[in-house]
Amino acid sequence: MQSLVIVAHGSHLNPESSAPTYDHADTIRATGALDEVRTGFWKEEPHFREVLRTVEGDEIYVVPLFISEGYFTEQVIPRELRLAGWDVSEWDSDGLSADQATLVAEDIDREVHYCGPVGTHRAMTDVIVRRAESVTDDPDVGDDFGLAVVGHGTERNENSAKAIEYHADRIAERDRFDEVKALYMDEDPEVDDLPEFFESDDVVLVPLFIADGYHTQEDIPEDVGLCEDHTEGYDVPTEVDGTRIWYAGAVGTEPLMADVVLERAADAGADLGSALDDVRETTRVATGD
Amino acid sequence: MSDQPQAADSADAADADGPEVPVIDLPGDAFDAVLDALDDRDPDEPLRFEGFSVARDDDGGYVLADGGRPEPLTERELHEALSERAAAVTDWYAFERVVGEFGPRRAFLRWIEDADGETVATRYAALAEGIERAWGELKITATITDRGERRYDLRHADDAGVPVDDLETHEDPLGARELVTLDEKGRYRPLKTAPSLAGGWVFPDLGPRDLYETVETIYPATVANWHREREGELDVTHWRETMERQSGIYGVVKTWDRGEGYEHVNWVAEACCDDSQCLKRREWQYDEDTDLDVDGGDGAFPCREPCSVVVSAARKWTRLESEQPRTYEFELTPSEKEQVEDIIDAVADGRTDEIREADTKEGANRYRARFLRAKRFDDEGNLGGVPTDPDAE
Repeated sequence: MQSLVIVAHGSHLNPESSAPTYDHADTIRATGALDEVRTGFWKEEPHFREVLRTVEGDEIYVVPLFISEGYFTEQVIPRELRLAGWDVSEWDSDGLSADQATLVAEDIDREVHYCGPVGTHRAMTDVIVRRAESVTDDPDVGDDFGLAVVGHGTERNENSAKAIEYHADRIAERDRFDEVKALYMDEDPEVDDLPEFFESDDVVLVPLFIADGYHTQEDIPEDVGLCEDHTEGYDVPTEVDGTRIWYAGAVGTEPLMADVVLERAADAGADLGSALDDVRETTRVATGD
Repeated sequence: MSDQPQAADSADAADADGPEVPVIDLPGDAFDAVLDALDDRDPDEPLRFEGFSVARDDDGGYVLADGGRPEPLTERELHEALSERAAAVTDWYAFERVVGEFGPRRAFLRWIEDADGETVATRYAALAEGIERAWGELKITATITDRGERRYDLRHADDAGVPVDDLETHEDPLGARELVTLDEKGRYRPLKTAPSLAGGWVFPDLGPRDLYETVETIYPATVANWHREREGELDVTHWRETMERQSGIYGVVKTWDRGEGYEHVNWVAEACCDDSQCLKRREWQYDEDTDLDVDGGDGAFPCREPCSVVVSAARKWTRLESEQPRTYEFELTPSEKEQVEDIIDAVADGRTDEIREADTKEGANRYRARFLRAKRFDDEGNLGGVPTDPDAE
């Protein structure tokens, strides 16, 4: 019996924080590829400490719904899940390449496959592009468009910037958008000066965050100049200093994220049948006709 | 379980004074499951039901043993014999094939009808009338169909007795997620076991597995922890251990324990863990050797370690409690002192919304509070005109 456990941050203050986790879990349940799909949280319930005891299966895949390798994926989650003998070297990662580690969770005395975060998986690149398609409502968006991938800088976590650069580079290699840049909230090149970094008249701004919350709904829109105050709201697109900015909101809310969760489980050995293809198909942006 | 044979499917088996045992029709899937189970067994290895057992014999037939002389049966005769004992067979089918082995789910569903304490006949009679159980703010009513299938009505306890048609009906266990997100005033509920579950909804017809999933969605992991406790295996992590585990921005909480007693943890538990704030029964203490002095509550399901809400609040208190007390001097009338106490009580008990706009007898009334502010605060918002930090003058 295969079980998927999606672990995410959650919030004591904001109900939207867990919404993408539930949405992606539902998408994956609908494929029927796994016998069981459970969710666990740092700030909501079931907590990381108790989620495994609600799991019935014997092949358990734990996928962190986090953007980068760092404090949560390397310390908090393994500790709270009580993964015996965990050491970050189990992942043998350069900050982007964590795949999975198979360890006994002491809470249930059964092995679990502890996967790398969704944000560093190669399939995440496709989600960023899909997010751009969603916000422009154009499945072929690219020509005459720039794309800004935005995240925290290295201030909090060195690997955070690595993930952003990794995906920006991969998208640039596809020659789909006229320009692709990685921008940051707390270091140069800063998202505040977005129009200076692009020649294109239209730029899609995709924040590499799991859920909408303070950063994506207040910080970035105000810093970029989409609005004076986030409570006023903003249009998509909004013109700032001659550049039309298509603000996408948190990439983690894009339905295709479910695919990345499944990719992580598949990489760790889960037998998913046609679920990957199914999710890619069911979450597709309609070709406007 | 009783060793006595029970003809539980016939109404006349009921005690003359007791509730009537319902007539059960043996469903085909239950009979097929029996044949499958027998196929998986060696001949002569019996499949046990309450009051009798069935085995395959060596000749492709079956043997039923109920204390009398075992007789060989054809499949058709076996069907007839099991139909006469349909209650016991459907009971076996319900737990062995529908509910399954998973410990918490099985224990919870058996607990609802006291399957480990009562006979099939007694349970089926009780289910026919409806068995009610409480779980936090939930009310579960278990019933049985004439095919021996359990059905469950799940709703807020406050909605007991309300016709299903007057409530918002749900079928999908995951639909419960939207019921638990906000309280009845539309405020986000960060703690699922807070006694602030809104009512007005019902899952009128859940099967056993869906009942378990719905309860797990409303009160996550409560069944698993309750089950561990019943098995004598609840892993309690006490305050000290929990705080010492924290890291990052929460690492500071371990400095709050200064080896000067645990009164601060009493205050935390009184603030956050009282039954008025959380329905879990607090089983964690200061440490393994030091119990807290405040009541842990009476909830059905245990709390095995300080939750993330408590840890987050403790972080704030660790900072606040590092301050030294100061003496402030300002004047209040006796009524004003009592009013300050009233306001703190009203906020702490979540009563501010209940205080009527014109009820100026209440110290926490809005006009009364505004009057006190107008009279006693200076332009900077300092009570009694006394600055919080005298050095800032």
